[in-house]
Parts: sequence; structure tokens; C-alpha cells
Amino acid sequence: MSKERFDFNAGLKRKLTIAFIVGAVLLLVGAILPSGGHESEEHGEGDHTELASAGDHGDGHATAEKKESHGDEHGADAGHEASEDGHGEEASHGGWWKRFKIDFWINNVYFTGIALIGLFFFAIQYAAQAGWSTYILRIPLSLASWILPAGILMLVTFLFFNHDIFHWTHSDLYDTASSHFDSIIAGKSNFFFLPLEGGSFPVFFVLRMVVFFAAWYFLFNKLKSLSSMEDELGGTSYWYKMRRNSVAFLLVFAVSSSVSAWDWIMSIDTHWFSTMFGWYVFASWFVTGLALITLITVLLKEAGYLAQVTVNHLHDLGKFVFAFSIFWTYVWFSQFLLIYYANIPEESVYFVERFLSDKYAPVFFVNLIMNFFFPFLCLMTRDAKRLNVFLKIACIVIILGHWMDFYLMITPGTLGAEGGFGLTEIGMYLMFGSVFLFVVLRALSSMALVPKNHPMLEEAKHHHI
Amino acid sequence: MSDSKDFLLGVYDDEDVLLKAVGKIRNAGIKIHEVYSPFPVHGLDDELGYKKSRLPIAAFMFGMLGTTLALTMQIWMLGIDWPMIIGGKNHVALPDFVPVTFELTVLLAAFGMVGTFLVSSDLKPWKDPKLLDIRITDDKHILAIDLGKNKAVEASEIGNVLKDSGAVEVNDKKVEE
Repeated sequence: MSKERFDFNAGLKRKLTIAFIVGAVLLLVGAILPSGGHESEEHGEGDHTELASAGDHGDGHATAEKKESHGDEHGADAGHEASEDGHGEEASHGGWWKRFKIDFWINNVYFTGIALIGLFFFAIQYAAQAGWSTYILRIPLSLASWILPAGILMLVTFLFFNHDIFHWTHSDLYDTASSHFDSIIAGKSNFFFLPLEGGSFPVFFVLRMVVFFAAWYFLFNKLKSLSSMEDELGGTSYWYKMRRNSVAFLLVFAVSSSVSAWDWIMSIDTHWFSTMFGWYVFASWFVTGLALITLITVLLKEAGYLAQVTVNHLHDLGKFVFAFSIFWTYVWFSQFLLIYYANIPEESVYFVERFLSDKYAPVFFVNLIMNFFFPFLCLMTRDAKRLNVFLKIACIVIILGHWMDFYLMITPGTLGAEGGFGLTEIGMYLMFGSVFLFVVLRALSSMALVPKNHPMLEEAKHHHI
Repeated sequence: MSDSKDFLLGVYDDEDVLLKAVGKIRNAGIKIHEVYSPFPVHGLDDELGYKKSRLPIAAFMFGMLGTTLALTMQIWMLGIDWPMIIGGKNHVALPDFVPVTFELTVLLAAFGMVGTFLVSSDLKPWKDPKLLDIRITDDKHILAIDLGKNKAVEASEIGNVLKDSGAVEVNDKKVEE
């Protein structure tokens, strides 16, 4: 028989600690190295000229020695340096620091989404009275244990870094006397600042964040305690209680997922709006969460846990990942096509910033390849969905690919030409990921790996497709 | 003689018994012609040792055909035969073609797959069904053994194996071709 409880042993903890330290080291190296160094890793030479002409300060701060190492940067830098930054090293530090803050936000949104999808997946299984997934229910439930830390991080990040992430937080935008007055943003001020005046403290925005996290955490706690009580006491009454709470969560999530997508991501490009955006972010979160659930299931099975999980259960998970990577593409394309076809300037600026920028155009295509073409072709056949190796590869690509997706949603609007992809980003992802996994795996080890008294255990046992 | 087939039919009234019986019979070296059941029995394909269906390959091919046709059609119509400026876009603007391409891919994949299935399993409206036992449309599972293909084993021996494996009846049935 398989081991009943997941053993979060010292070896695993050590690996996660090492990943965290590696991430921290990469982050520090990213801070010390000129940010231009990151650029050349990911993209080619073209970026430098683009950067210089775009007049950014991420690259243009170059000190004398750096100029030697990047001979292709030219005079344009110098002039812009003098006018905008005028202080070499400090600007370099500033650029990194800003990237650090933005990376913090990207990872926050990304991992919050995975945690929420954990609870969402758990809830749909109850709402749909699904039996096949009974063996793996504890995995999504553990993912959701990140909701509380995510909420705290989100609030703290917003309170400290808001001016760098959200253009709309600058009070002079709402001041008619100011030269920065922006009538479009001022017109949206109620959405952020109600009941206060535009430009003061964003009460409504923060309130939404707090209320959403509180509701999610409350329902998560409720479901988790019901699930562990079912383990102890048995009987079908807990299943019905969990079902009621699951439906409540789904109703809350239906609204809150969309609104948080507008709040946390779409409001970065404050002038811009898309009616597809809530779905788009949800689709991105959902397929990432599904891929992580599948990946953890496969890895646990390979480590000798979850012996009851057969290839049929994995096949269903594979179908989920396959289907929702297509769903993401569908939503992504629906948003793209309408904006492209209508070609209204205030809408198409979103894609101009991404598609027509030398810096982000490669990410734009990488995003599509990693999140659509690769999983689509990799998981298309029945056999692929039943083989661990294909599932693992596709899931890892999707998990990384959707980080790129969130990167592409958030960075152009915040950093613009200053942005880059390099050690800082990789380091932050590793640090965030290792802490996230630490919390999740600890939660996973605190309960039996398979619900003991779930009324549908027998149905899951006979699941066959 | 050559235009009639001799079948031995094992009648089962429980799918769990049937599933186990299939394994036993195959282990005894007897070739099973076909199993007829009133509803899909999970795991029966594996027990019968059926080869994997090649239908998905047909679906993929028809899908690719749909993609090619759709792209060719649109590029020819809007790019070559009657170029028009629509919304200031290029004549051949690929994003515009995606919805139609998608729909034709799905349409051809679906119709192609259904058509392939009908042809390969010889299903057609005017087909005269030859039921080995009318009760497979109600509540009995029939396991058919083609005696012509099991000459190595005595018919009576096969009957005994069927009985041992839990068949409630064993019937002989001749089918004229």
C-alpha cells in the first residue's frame, strides 16, 4: 500500500531552501550586474538600439566601463542620460529596484491565481458531484493554503510599491490645476477612491482587495476544516456541507476573479480596457493551476504516493490541461482579434506596446508557443495524456509559459522600455516559487493524502476511460 | 459450406462475469469473434486485446485538410481573385482568417471522423443487421466464437469453457453470408 501521508522531509526542505538561496543570489547578481547584461541573455543585439532610441533609463545609465562592454550602444544614450538620469550607478540601482518591485507584483498575482485555482478546482469537484478526482482532492486544497500569505503580500506590496506599479495612484493626475491632469483617469477615479476624492487613499480598491482575500480565506478554511472533520468522523453530511460551501465559493469567485483581474492587472494600463480581460486572466490562472495540480500528482505518484491513482485519473487531468490551454488561447485570441480588427487607437495601443516593441515582441511569440502550440501538439494524442513524461513536460512548459503571460500583461505598462528579462526575474520567480511550494507542501503533509471517508472513494477507484 | 459461418454463442447476464470470462477464454487459446452488449462495458476493449483505434489519425488528417482548404480558399478569394481592402488591412491578413480556418478545421475533422467510422465499421441506413441473438438489444451479453477459426479446439470443449466461465446459456448459431 502506498504511504498515507505526504512526508515533507528534510531533503525536500533542503532543496527548496537551496532554490530560494539560488534565487536570492541571482537577484543580487542581477542587481550588481548592469541591467543591459540581462538583455543580451534573452534577446539579441537589436534591443540595445531599440532601447536607446526609446529613451529609457534601464539601459541608458551606462557607466564608462559598461560602455566598453556594450560597444553597440551609441551617443543617444549620453544625451538622454544627462537629461533624464544624469547619475550613472544610482540610476542602475533605481532601474533594478523598480524591476524588483514589478517582479514582486507579477509573482504575487501569478501565485495568488494558482492558490485560488486550487480552491476553485476543489469547489467544482463538489459542485459537479465529481467522483473521479477524489484521490487527488487534497492537492488543490493545499495549493489554496497560499491564499493567506498571498493576501498579506498583496496588500503590503500595494501599500509600499503602488506608485511604481499603478500609474493611477499618482495624485496629480486628478488635480485639474496640475499639468499632469488626466481627464480619462480622473473619470475613473470613483472605481479606485470611493468614497474619498480622486488622488487620496484608494479606499475602494484596497477594500476590494481585503474583502476578496477575506472571503476566499474564510471559505478555504471552512472547506479545509470540513474536509479534515470528514476524515475523522465520516458520514455523508460533510460532503453536503462542503458542497454548499463550494457553491458559495464559486459564486464569490465568479465575481471576484474578474474584478481582481481588472484591479490588479488591467488598471495598470489605466486608459485601456478590455471586456475579455477578466476571462483572460482567469483562463491563464486556471490552466496554470491545472498544470501544477497535474504535475504534483504525477511527481507524488512517481515518489511512491497515491498508488490508487491510475493512468485513467492522469488521463483526465491531462485532458483538463489540454482543454484549458486551448481555452486560454481562445480567450487570448478573441481579445486580440477584436482589438486588431476594430483598430481603435485607445484599444490597440495595448498590442502596439507589446507586439511592435523589439523588447516585448519575442515574449509575445514565446507566450503563444509555450502556452498554445507546444501543449496543443504535445498533449494531443491519447497516449501522451497517459504517459508521465509527456504530462510532466507539458505541465512544466505551461507553468513557466503562463508566468511569461503575466509578465507580458504587467511589465510593458509599468516598466515599458525599462523592462527586461534576466537574472532579476528568474531569481524572483525562484524565491517566490520555493516559498510558495514550502507553504503548499507543508499543508499537504498536514493531512492524509487521500480523503479517508469521502463518499465517492469507491467511484474514484473504478474510474475508467 | 463456404458461405455460412458457424458460431458458438455464450450468453452472459452480468458484465463483471463477462469481463472475467473474456480473459479466461483467451487464456484457453480460443479466439473470440466479437462480444455484443446492450451497453458499453468499461474495460472490455482491454480484455479483448483490441488494437488501439486509428480513428484519431483520420480525424487529424481531415482536420489538416480543413485547415489547408480554409487557408487556400481565403487567400485565393481575398488575396488573388478579388482583392479588397477591408478595414485598412492587408489583402492577406492572417488573423482575420483564423475564425474561418478554425471552423473548417473542426467541421472537416468531425465529419471526416464520423464518415471514416461509418465506412470502416460498414454502417449504413440500408444495412440489414444480422443479430446473433435478439437479446443483446435488451439485457444479455453475447460472446461469439467463430468455430471456423478455432479448428484446433473441439466445439464441445469450447462449450465447456464458456459454461465454466459463467455463461448462462451456450447456443449454436449458423449464419448465412
